[in-house]
Amino acid sequence: MKLTLHIWRQKNAQDQGRMVRYEVPNANEHMSFLEMLDVLNESLIEKGEEPVAFDHDCREGICGMCGMMINGKAHGGFPGTTVCQLHMRHFKDGDELWLEPWRAKAFPVVKDLAVNRGALDRIIAAGGYITAPTGSAPDGNAIPVRKTNSDLAMDAAACIGCGACVAACPNAAAALFTGAKISHLGLLPQGQAERDKRAIAMVQQMKLEDFANCTNIGECVAACPKEIKLEVIARMNRDYLKAAISERPMELKEVSG
Amino acid sequence: MELKSNVPTGPIEQAWDKHKFELKLVNPANKRKYNIIVVGSGLAGGAAAASLGELGYNVQCFCYQDSPRRAHSIAAQGGINAAKNYHNDGDSVYRLFYDTVKGGDFRAREYNVYRLAQVSVNIIDQCVAQGVPFAREYGGLLDNRSFGGAQVSRTFYARGQTGQQLLLGAYQALERQIGLGQVKMYPRTEMLDLVVVDGVARGIVARDMMTGKIDVHMGDAVILATGGYGNVFYLSTNAKGCNVTATWRAHKRGALFANPCYTQIHPTCIPVAGDYQSKLTLMSESLRNDGRIWVPKQKGDQRPPNTIPENERDYYLERRYPSFGNLVPRDIASRAAKHECDEGRGVGPSGLGVYLDFADAIKRLGAQKIQERYGNLFEMYERITGENPYLVPMRIYPASHYTMGGLWVDYNLMSTIPGLFVLGEANFSDHGANRLGASALMQGLADGYFVIPYTIGNYLATAKPAKVAANCLEAKEAVSNIECITKKLLNANGTRTVDSFHRELGKIIWDYCGMARNAAGLQKALGLIPQLRDEFWKNVKVLGSNDEFNQSLEKAGRVADFFELGELMCIDALDRDESCGGHFREEYQTPEGEAQRDDEKFSYVAAWEYKGAGQSPVLNKEPLTFNYVHPSQRSYK
Repeated sequence: MKLTLHIWRQKNAQDQGRMVRYEVPNANEHMSFLEMLDVLNESLIEKGEEPVAFDHDCREGICGMCGMMINGKAHGGFPGTTVCQLHMRHFKDGDELWLEPWRAKAFPVVKDLAVNRGALDRIIAAGGYITAPTGSAPDGNAIPVRKTNSDLAMDAAACIGCGACVAACPNAAAALFTGAKISHLGLLPQGQAERDKRAIAMVQQMKLEDFANCTNIGECVAACPKEIKLEVIARMNRDYLKAAISERPMELKEVSG
Repeated sequence: MELKSNVPTGPIEQAWDKHKFELKLVNPANKRKYNIIVVGSGLAGGAAAASLGELGYNVQCFCYQDSPRRAHSIAAQGGINAAKNYHNDGDSVYRLFYDTVKGGDFRAREYNVYRLAQVSVNIIDQCVAQGVPFAREYGGLLDNRSFGGAQVSRTFYARGQTGQQLLLGAYQALERQIGLGQVKMYPRTEMLDLVVVDGVARGIVARDMMTGKIDVHMGDAVILATGGYGNVFYLSTNAKGCNVTATWRAHKRGALFANPCYTQIHPTCIPVAGDYQSKLTLMSESLRNDGRIWVPKQKGDQRPPNTIPENERDYYLERRYPSFGNLVPRDIASRAAKHECDEGRGVGPSGLGVYLDFADAIKRLGAQKIQERYGNLFEMYERITGENPYLVPMRIYPASHYTMGGLWVDYNLMSTIPGLFVLGEANFSDHGANRLGASALMQGLADGYFVIPYTIGNYLATAKPAKVAANCLEAKEAVSNIECITKKLLNANGTRTVDSFHRELGKIIWDYCGMARNAAGLQKALGLIPQLRDEFWKNVKVLGSNDEFNQSLEKAGRVADFFELGELMCIDALDRDESCGGHFREEYQTPEGEAQRDDEKFSYVAAWEYKGAGQSPVLNKEPLTFNYVHPSQRSYK
């Protein structure tokens, strides 16, 4: 199949950037989307043109490294699919596609389609954990966990931190990402001791980064390759509100670096 | 070179406890005076960085990805072994130890393996405490399943995403330390050389992949937890970025490389579809719990699988290995699939595939139960192949997956360079010639959480490394070495892309040093590899400059190292005139076609010493002794 691609080219964070048109005459339906870009890049290098930079690693939809907008949709807009798992059989000969990096103030462009998502790590560093230093744990079966809670925690923990939720959100909010971690840990008995502190710290950090507020639009859920549910945002809001009332005021330190 | 394994003496059951007691301690006030460099942020590196930070050391952690959460441990699907015996089915530390030594085909160190089995139980506790959402029974207790190479249920899992959840546990602990300022994280930073001062590892040279800046980072000890070298095959289940550069360049600085020919070919991967293919996708081995593997009895049978009647199917694993059936270890399952395909009974467009069929399991348990167990794997399969495995049997074929070989380490996980420690898949220590399923996660976390925190303290307390400046001669030399390599790659200005070389190299290694090897093939590969390597340095085309985000340049450096490693793999495979585990030399097999070990001649670890460019590497042997598990012909019949 023959495709026409318009790809965002931007040399670095300071560069203005622009769309550049490319033809891919030799794609086929069994290729993954990233393999199609590999084919384009090989042909660009042979012609002496710089290949298109894009992030990717595991290429099986679990590491969360890849991601781009295809025709305005994060990861291409197919349900439960990262762009590395998107296969060309979903496209047809003659298609014209527009590829752009994640668009969000909190995710500065590194080069072309690659962005910096360090803000998400800083949200985790602020409180997205259970404090359990190595060696201090009781027996694994000492704390029974209701299967329903364990399953719901697993649903939320499936987040791969790719940032599609932020890119899809008209506000560029990180509520689905943050809510997923707050839900995962807050649903488990092990996570109760720090539940209030965690909600406050993570929400605070989210606001300190350049993420805007959530207005319950739900684009994030449609874009999420792991199909994280909107209810994690409700859990986050509830935990945050409850914590704001019950938790004594505490000093929170911004995470940087 | 004399290889001192520092394995404790005395009864194996008490060896680690005794050893731990004898290890020297660093007092809490002194820990903060030490800087420790951790390269890699997967299960081994992430767990080590977090645990060492918790102890009070200053840690600098490096990864090439944009976040430590993306390390390739994340892709492990099936589970993690632990000798908890929660199922009352006869498991014990000793049995896990026994299974692992036997599964490794008697080519691992007994004392290391026993320690691994011992700490396996602590790992589960640790992960549960961190909030890892392991699968549970309705009563709220932990669920288990069985896995290849074992007859007990000792595998803990979190849907088909166990590696991801374990890694997130370690990552969150690591982020906590980063938030506390105890660990400084360097994402998108790639280690390119090791700084050795007076024979001791004192730092690394690393490239900031966003700006191209090359910096020296000094420390009192260096830990490499950089994973395996499976990408030498180009096509593998590894992430695209997985590479051997950190360990290989440490090897060139004096760390011995052990058993490079021990590579694991995983039996259940999605078959190759075309030339453009960039990687292979693994379908978890846990699928073999419920799926049945078969091929048509008749050669070249093109009928759709569901129309082939039961009596015209050959469930060859169940037939050949009645007691383990579809759960035989990976090396055996892979070779059996290759055998069927070589004989012309393979399925799919390429003929390189066998069926993995869930029809019986769906009949027995219902589609819902199967979905609960394997839902995400089935989805992944359908997404890639366009076929629905609830209705049509999956097609699978073996692919490079894991490497048992790696840098040689002693019982303390220290390499032959003092101060350089190697953890997880990057070292050679625990899996012998073949790794059992669900043991990689176990080893990575064992090394990171429960071994290195003890042994590194002993090193620091004993060696008391003095401070060395980052502008010392050795560091300057390492930097100029890297600048020289970079310049050479950028200036070659040839006609072929890095990937085209990598693909060709991978094909050579797969054909001659893959699932089955023989002397003639290995010799041929040893002629082809240097030729291709020479062409690479003359004719590679790397565009752009060093001073920017340059993915071609990153790849070129890694492929350059794969050339050298690939050659060493073939040398090692040629030198080992026996078959064991993942190393199958066609000349050495039993009449039934099973691997034929030669314990008299080859019961040793082959640790190779680098002697300089163009020089033959020198073989050093660490003899292996077996006082507990008596070496026998592995039988899974």
